[in-house]
Amino acid sequence: MALVLLLAPLLTGFVRKIKARLLRRQGPPLIQPYRDLLRLLRKEVVLAENASWLFRITPYLVFAVIWVAASLIPTFATGLVFSWTADLIAIVALLGSARFFLALAGMDAGTSFGGIGSSREVMIATLAEPAMLLTIFTLALVAGSTQLSTIAAVMISSHVGLRVSLGMALIALIMVAIAENARIPVDNPATHLELTMVHEAMVLEYSGRHLAMIEFAAYLKLLLYISLIACIFLPWQLALPGTGAPAYILGVVAYLAKLVIGAVLLALFETASAKMRVFRVPEFLGAALMLGMLATLLLFVSRSL
Amino acid sequence: MTPVALVLWCIAVLLGVSILAVMMARWSRATAVIYGASFCVSAVAFVTVLLQLTAASASAPLPLVLPLGLPWLGAHFRLDALAAFFLVVINLGGAAASFYGLGYGRHETAPQRLLPFFPAFLAGMNLVILAADAFTFLLSWEFMSLVSWALVMTHHRERDTRMAAYIYLVMASFGTMALLLAFGLLAGASGSYDFATMRMATHTPAVAAFVLTLMLIGAGSKAGLVPLHVWLPLAHPAAPSHVSALMSGVMTKVAIYGFIRVVFDLLGEPAWWWSMVVLTLGGVTAVVGILNALMEQDLKRLLAYSTIENIGIIFVSLGLALAFEANAMTWAAALALAAALFHVLNHSFFKSLLFFGAGAILTATGERDMDKLGGLIHRMPFTSFAFLVGSVAISALPPFNGFVSEWLVFQAILQSPNLPQWGLKIMVPAVGGLLALSAALAAACFVKAFGVAFLGRPRTLAAQLAQEVDRFSLTAMFVFATLCLFAGVLPGIVIDALAPVTFTLVGDRMPVQTSVPWLSIVPITESRSSYNGLLVFVFIALSASLAAYIVHRFASRSLRRAPAWDCGFPEASPQTQYTSGSFAQPVRRVFGTHLFRARESVEMPAPGDPEPARFTLDLRDLIWEGLYEPIAGAVWFTAERLNHLQFLTIRRYLSLVFLALVFLLLVLALWS
Repeated sequence: MALVLLLAPLLTGFVRKIKARLLRRQGPPLIQPYRDLLRLLRKEVVLAENASWLFRITPYLVFAVIWVAASLIPTFATGLVFSWTADLIAIVALLGSARFFLALAGMDAGTSFGGIGSSREVMIATLAEPAMLLTIFTLALVAGSTQLSTIAAVMISSHVGLRVSLGMALIALIMVAIAENARIPVDNPATHLELTMVHEAMVLEYSGRHLAMIEFAAYLKLLLYISLIACIFLPWQLALPGTGAPAYILGVVAYLAKLVIGAVLLALFETASAKMRVFRVPEFLGAALMLGMLATLLLFVSRSL
Repeated sequence: MTPVALVLWCIAVLLGVSILAVMMARWSRATAVIYGASFCVSAVAFVTVLLQLTAASASAPLPLVLPLGLPWLGAHFRLDALAAFFLVVINLGGAAASFYGLGYGRHETAPQRLLPFFPAFLAGMNLVILAADAFTFLLSWEFMSLVSWALVMTHHRERDTRMAAYIYLVMASFGTMALLLAFGLLAGASGSYDFATMRMATHTPAVAAFVLTLMLIGAGSKAGLVPLHVWLPLAHPAAPSHVSALMSGVMTKVAIYGFIRVVFDLLGEPAWWWSMVVLTLGGVTAVVGILNALMEQDLKRLLAYSTIENIGIIFVSLGLALAFEANAMTWAAALALAAALFHVLNHSFFKSLLFFGAGAILTATGERDMDKLGGLIHRMPFTSFAFLVGSVAISALPPFNGFVSEWLVFQAILQSPNLPQWGLKIMVPAVGGLLALSAALAAACFVKAFGVAFLGRPRTLAAQLAQEVDRFSLTAMFVFATLCLFAGVLPGIVIDALAPVTFTLVGDRMPVQTSVPWLSIVPITESRSSYNGLLVFVFIALSASLAAYIVHRFASRSLRRAPAWDCGFPEASPQTQYTSGSFAQPVRRVFGTHLFRARESVEMPAPGDPEPARFTLDLRDLIWEGLYEPIAGAVWFTAERLNHLQFLTIRRYLSLVFLALVFLLLVLALWS
C-alpha cells in the first residue's frame, strides 16, 4: 500500500519529463509532483460559497477509494494478504464509486463548468466501464477466475500462449486506460483554458489540500492502470508466494522496469496524437467496447482462441 | 398457531382496517390510526415470515384449505420458502411505507380517497403470495390490481393521473387475461386448479412454451418488461409517494414471484431456448429502461424508469437460471437464482428509499420537476444523505448492496461458456455487455438525479425555502439506508437465508457463506472469485479518515469561503447551472439519436434582435408510436365500424343472435 503511494507522483513526474524531452523542452524535475502536492497541502482552502459537506469529504473519499483499489493490484508479487477482498469486477466498481462522487462534487458548486465536466465524464464512463468489464470477462474466461492474483498466476504459466482474444483485450484495456486517466486523445490533463476539458472542468472549484488529494488520486489512478496492464499482460518476474527474498527483489526491479516502459509508451503516444473533439470520443470508446465484446465472444465460441 | 394462519389473520386485520377507514374517513385523526394499524400488522407479519424463512424446515409445508371461493376447490394457502422470502420483501416494504405515511400522509388533501385502499393493497399483495391454487391466485391478483388502480387515482382531478390510471387499468386487465389463460393451460382439460396437482402434471413442449409466453405477458406487464412497460412510468409516479414506493419497490416483485412460481415451480423441466427469450427481454428491458430514465426530468418518472431497468436485471438472472437448470448445472442455477432474489430484495430497499426521498422533496417544495429544484442538500440535510445512500446503492457501487447482486449476476454469466448450446454461447456475452452498459448508465442517471435536485444552487423560490421533513419520513428512509449498507457489507447472511428458496426451486444451493473466514462471499470457490464488502467498507473508511486526519493534523486546516471561481466567469443567475436536460445531452447524443429520434434545434435571433434564443428538443417514444398507437388505432377503427350495430331493429338483433348460435353449434360439431 505504501509503495504505490510513494511511486505514484514519481510516475506522473516521469511521464511529464519524457513528454517535455520529446518536445525538446527541459521539463520540470522528476520530483515536481511531490513539490506540487506539498505546496497545495500547505495552502488555505478557498471554498465556493455554495459548496456543501459533500464537496468537502469527496477528496478524501476519492483518494481512499482509489488507494484501496490500487493496493489490491499485485505490483511485484502475487498473493497479497487481502487479495481475496475484491476481485477485478469489484476494483472496476470501486473506480466507479470514485468517479460517482467526483462527478457529484463537480455539480455541487452550481457552476456551468462543473456541470459540463461532470456530464462529459459520466458519458465517457458509460462507454469505458462496459468496455472494461468485457475485457475482464475475457481474462476471467482465460484464467477461470476474476481474482487478480489467480489471473496473474495463470498468465505466468506458459500454457496460455498467444491468443487473438487476449490481444484484443489488451488493446481495449489500453484504450479504456487512456480514457479513464483523462489523457490525450480523450482529454488533456494539462489544460485549464479549453472548453473541451473534461476531468479538469469537473475539479475546477477545488483548491488547497482538497486539490492535493484529488491530484494524488489521479496520480494513483495512472499507476493503478499501468500496474494492472503490467500484471496481466507482462506478468514476468512477478514473485509467487513462498519464493525467497531474491525473487522479491527481482520482482521489484522488474516492476520498476515495467512502469518505465509503460510511462515511455504513454508519453510517446500522447505526443504523437492530437486531442479529439468530445463527440468523437464515443467512437474511440465504442471501438474499445466492440473489441472487448469480440474478445469475449471468441472465447465463448472457442476455448483456444 | 401456524405461520400461515398467522399471516392470514394479519391479512384479515388489514382488510378490517380498510373497512374501518371507510367509516372514519373524514375524521381528522384517521391518517394516524390507519397508518399506525397498517404498520403494526405489517410488522407482525414481517416477523412471522422472517422467522419462517430462517427456520428452514426440511419438510415441504402443507397447504391450509379454507372453505372459500369455488365450492369444490376451496381456497388453498401455503407458505413455502419462496413465498416466505417474497412475504418478507412485501411486509418490510409495507411496514416502512405505513410508517412513512404517518408523516407524509398528513399533507394529503383528500385522505378519504387513499386511506381505505392502502391497507387493502397490502392485504392483496400478501394474498397473492400465499395463494396455492389458481383461483385464489387470480382473484387476489385482480384485487391487488384494482386496489392499486384506485390508489393511482388518488389525485383524480389531474388530467395526467386519469390518463395514467386508464392505461394502467387496460394493461392490468390484459395481463390478468394472459395469466388466466396460462393457468387454464396448466390445469389442462380435466386438471384441478390446485397448485399441488398442477405441479404433478406433465405438459407437451408446445403447451409449456405457450404458458411461458403467457406468463411473460401476464407477469411481465405487471413487472414492466419492455415492450409492456408503457403504463409503469405513468402510473407509478401518479400515486402518492409512499404508494409509488410500494408499487415500484414491492408490487413489481409480486409479478416476479408469479413468474418464478409458474415457470420454475409449476411448469416442470424447462427447455434451453426459453432462457434465450427471457435473457433477450431482460437485457433489452435493462438498457431501454435506464436510457429512458436518463432522458427524464421528472424525478418520480426517472425512478419509475429505473425500476424497469432493475426488472430487466432480475429477468436476466432468471434467464441464466433457466439456462443452467435446463442443462442440469444446478450449482450455477442456484447462483443465478440467488442473484435474482438478492436483487429483488435490494431493489425493494433502495427503490422504496428513493421514492420516499422524492416524496419528501414533494412535501418540502411541491415540485417533481428536477429543473425547478437544486441546492436541497443545504435545506434538507438528512433527506439528502439518505437519498445519496440510495443513489450509490442503486448505481451498483461498492460497498453497498446493489453492487453485490450485480456482482453475483456477473459471476453467473462467467459460468456460461460451459453451456452446450451455441445460441446461448453467443447470447450470454451479448447480454453481459448490455448489463454492464446498463450499470454504467445507471450511475450516470443517479449522478444526474442527485446532482440536479440536491446539489448546486436553488433554481426556484420553492427550492430555496424548502424545509426538512418530519421524523416519521426520515426514520423510514434511514431504516432502508441502513439496510442498504447492511446487505452490502454482510451479504453472506442474505445469501444463506436464500438457500432454502433456491434448494426448493432448482434443487441446489450456493455454498454456505457465513462460515467463510472474514465474512467474504464466495460463489463457487475462492480461487475463482470472492468479494468482501465488510473489508472494502472498513478499508475505505479507515484510509479516508486516516488521510483526512493526517492532512488536518500536519498540513493546513484553514478554510475561506469565497464566490465560485468558475474559470473567472461566474454567472450570477442559478439558471446557468446544468439542468437535467443539459446533463443528459452527451449521453443523448451517443445513444438517443436512433433510440429516441432525438432532434435538437436552436433558433438564434438575428443580430440586434432582443428576442431570446430558443432551444427545442424533440424526443419520441418509438415503442409507444410503433406498437401501441397502431393497436389503439385499430381498436378505434373497428369500434367506429361496428358502431351502427347499436341502431338495429329488434328483428335484426334476434337474427344476429340466431346466426351466432348456429355458428357456434357448427364449430362445436366440427371440432369434435
